[in-house]
Parts: sequence; structure tokens; C-alpha cells
Amino acid sequence: MDRLKVLVIDDEPGIRMAINRSLQNYVMQLPDLGSTFAFDVIEAGTGEEGLECLMSQKPDILLLDYKLPGISGLDVLKSIVDNKIDVLTIMITAYASLDTAILATKRGAYDFLAKPFTPTELKSALYKAGKHLMIQREAAKLAAERKQVRFELLSVVAHELKAPTSAIEGYLMMMRDRVLGDDLSKYDHSIERATIRLHGMRKLISDLLDLTRIESGRKQRNLDSYDVMAIAARAVESGNELAPDKNVTVKLADGDPIFMTCDANEIELILNNLISNAIKYNKDNGQVFVELHEFKSSDAHTITMAVRDTGIGMTEKEQERLFGEFSRIKNEKTRQIEGSGLGLAIVKKLVDQYYGVITVNSVPDEGTTFTITFKFPTSF
Amino acid sequence: MQGKTILLVDDDHDFLDQLEPRLLADGFQVVRAEGQEAAEQVLLAGTHFDMAIVDLMMEYSDSGFVLCHRLKKADTNKPVILVTGVTAETGLEFDAATSEERRWVKADAMLAKPIRYEQLKREISRLLA
Repeated sequence: MDRLKVLVIDDEPGIRMAINRSLQNYVMQLPDLGSTFAFDVIEAGTGEEGLECLMSQKPDILLLDYKLPGISGLDVLKSIVDNKIDVLTIMITAYASLDTAILATKRGAYDFLAKPFTPTELKSALYKAGKHLMIQREAAKLAAERKQVRFELLSVVAHELKAPTSAIEGYLMMMRDRVLGDDLSKYDHSIERATIRLHGMRKLISDLLDLTRIESGRKQRNLDSYDVMAIAARAVESGNELAPDKNVTVKLADGDPIFMTCDANEIELILNNLISNAIKYNKDNGQVFVELHEFKSSDAHTITMAVRDTGIGMTEKEQERLFGEFSRIKNEKTRQIEGSGLGLAIVKKLVDQYYGVITVNSVPDEGTTFTITFKFPTSF
Repeated sequence: MQGKTILLVDDDHDFLDQLEPRLLADGFQVVRAEGQEAAEQVLLAGTHFDMAIVDLMMEYSDSGFVLCHRLKKADTNKPVILVTGVTAETGLEFDAATSEERRWVKADAMLAKPIRYEQLKREISRLLA
């Protein structure tokens, strides 16, 4: 349970005592935020004394009387703004002096409470202020976490870009130092490898841009009803052109058109990523099967997309790390395969946008099946 | 030092492809291992080598540490050089310069990637002397 500090500045001891008594055993529940809190009350009889308490005790909420013997409530409010004191102020004003209340709100008060007030009115004003504070704090915490995630992502990106840079630099140095002699053809392998690493870097950069665009929500989405069978046919066609040397064939199972409300580019990106993985992690002369199905029940329209390959497969331990950013499965069979480590992270993010589910089923040396399930509640 | 055999361990075959010809040109023999597991196979097979150069992040992020430990356990007198690009990027500070540090980093020297070959050669000479 959290505790919020409430400072009451009022020259009438009776009011201070009444407030103290109503809040003493009041526990607030915020089920949405999963938090509970109670109040500790501090009292001050004048504006001067109150300002001192504000500085020394740092209360979270201030209940401030408008009419005070020395400096007025508005003066206290001005000091709070001038000194950038972080406190949420509820102004206590005489009943029916709405103008004062408006003036106070303009000068930085969060809310006002008209005198005389009942304990219920007091509690509901504090509930509102407490909730506001909790939401503010939650938001600040989230922003800090997001900053941390950003920093971690940047460190990983720096690492992922540095590795190919070092490799390319190394090959150039080999040539500079003529490590393999003066015959240029001796460096064919170096040039080939440096080129492959450069391609990898370019792919990483474009994948990263895709990913950040999806995450920021700034990617323009064109949602409409599209035939996903036709989209799959396009993805299969480009997949078949992807690796002629490996002689992997990609096949789409026949079926009727399936209409889905989606962004056609996003679905194509999902299928392209899955198909290109299915080819990359396949064996020579292997096969890739793409199957789409739809099921309609009384309450939902379900569409499934499966990409199955006859490739090298994965162990269960390897499958656990699959959808993380920059997680690439490293083993004897995959070391020649280039990849940015972002493909499946992109697929996952895109599938999430449709509240879809992606699952993987894999047997080492036999193959892998990725299945995406989109479920749309039937509209009334 | 001519004819000494170096076990070269890295899952980045570009690194192996670049270092191997330089070491060969300087008269060393090279045994390649493309990762922690492959290096452990070399140990298990009893293949001869005089020292090892090991990358830190391979199959797992601590593969290099584990491998250094196993190499030293197999033969505490065989020199091991740990190479990594991790320190410069992450600000994670560790080294194998003092005996205190070598108590947990089981390596005789640490070099940051990208490696300067001349520096690596100096370390190899020092450790094989």
C-alpha cells in the first residue's frame, strides 16, 4: 500500500481536525492500476507556516483555504508555481464563490472544494486527486522504462552494425597488406565475403526501419477487405525467385478466396518473412508449403496461415528465443546463413496488431511450421 | 616460435578467414574451431595446439568465458587470449591484465575487436616465449 501525504492549510482548527479525522482510516482502491493507498495528514494554520511545510515535508496533495489571516491562499498558490513545488492543490473556497474557484484553477490549482463540505465530498475530491497522481506516476515510470528499452536496443544495434564493419575492414586490411600475395584473384573470397556482409548491413538497416515504424504506430495503415489468398500467391511467387541455387520450391495449397480486413502490405511482409526463413533454413532441393484456411462459427471468423518447411528444424530450447529482437539461432547448421535477426520480431509485431497468435512447431532435421491464427469476432 | 600451433575459435568465420592466412604467413600452424562446441570437440579429440585465441560471444554470450575455463582446466600452462568487441560497446569493464582479474577471467590476455594484428602478434610472442 502506498501512502500519500496531504497538507491542510486552514486557519480554522475545527476544519483541520475534521479533515484529519475523515482521512485517517480512508483507504483508496484503484483496481485499474492495481494500487491501494492511504493518507497521512499534516496541518498548518497559516500560509507562512504552510509554505514551510511544503518545502520541508514535500506533501503530495495540498488542501488550501482561500481566506487566510496572513498571506492569502492565492499568494501561497503563486509561491508554489514560482518555486516549481511539485504538489497537487485543491482550493477550499466559501460556498457560492465560483469566481474564486475559477481564478484559483487558472493560477495552478488542480481542483476546488466548496465550504461547507461533507466527508464524502472531501473523500471524492481526494480520490480524484489521488488517482490523477497515481496515473501521472505510472506514466513517468513507463516513460523511464521505454527510455531504458530504447537504450538497450541501440546498444544491440551498435553491436550488430559493428560486427560486419569489423569484418569488412579486416578484408580490406588483408588486401592492403597483400596477405595473400599480389594476385588480385586470390582475394575473390575476401571481396565476396565483404559484399555479403555489406548486404547484411543494408538488410539490417531496412528491417530496423520497418520495426521502428511499426512500433511508433506511424506507419500508414490502409485497412480494407483483401483476398489474402491472392496476397499469399504473390508472396509464394517472389519466394520461388529467392534462392535458385538452393532449388527450394514454394507451393501454395489451392483454395477459394479468403477475405480479411487488413493492410495488404503488412500481410505480404508477414508471409515474405516466413517464406524467406523457410527457404533460408531449408536443405537443398527442399520444399515449402503455404496453406491458408478460414473457419466461420456463430461468434467468430477465424483465418489461419501456415508456412511449413522441410528444413533443418530447431530444438525446443532454440524455439524459446525465436521471436526476440536480434535473437538468431547459432549452431553448426546455421552459421553460413545471413540474417538481421529481426525478421521474426517484425512478424510478431505485425501479427500483434491484428491480435493474432503465432505458434511454431519444429522437429530438428525434419522441418518447421509457423502457424498464424487471426480471430475476428463476428459483427452484430 | 615458428611451427607453433594456434587454436583459433570464433563463430564469425570472417574473423577466422582473415586471421588464419596472416598467422600462416608468419609461420604458425592453425587449428580452426567455429564456436564453443567445435572447440570443445578439439579438446576432446586431443588435437595438439600450443595456445588458443578465443572470441567471447559465440553460441551464448558467455561462451568465451566458459571455453577459457575449460581450456585452462585441461592445461593451465597453455596460454589463452580472449578477444571481444563487447567491452568497447557496452562499457562493461573487464580485463585480464592483473592477477586479480585473471582469477575469474581465465585468460592470459584480452584484446578488443577489431584486432590490430601487430598487437596480437606481440601478445602471442610474449605468451609463447
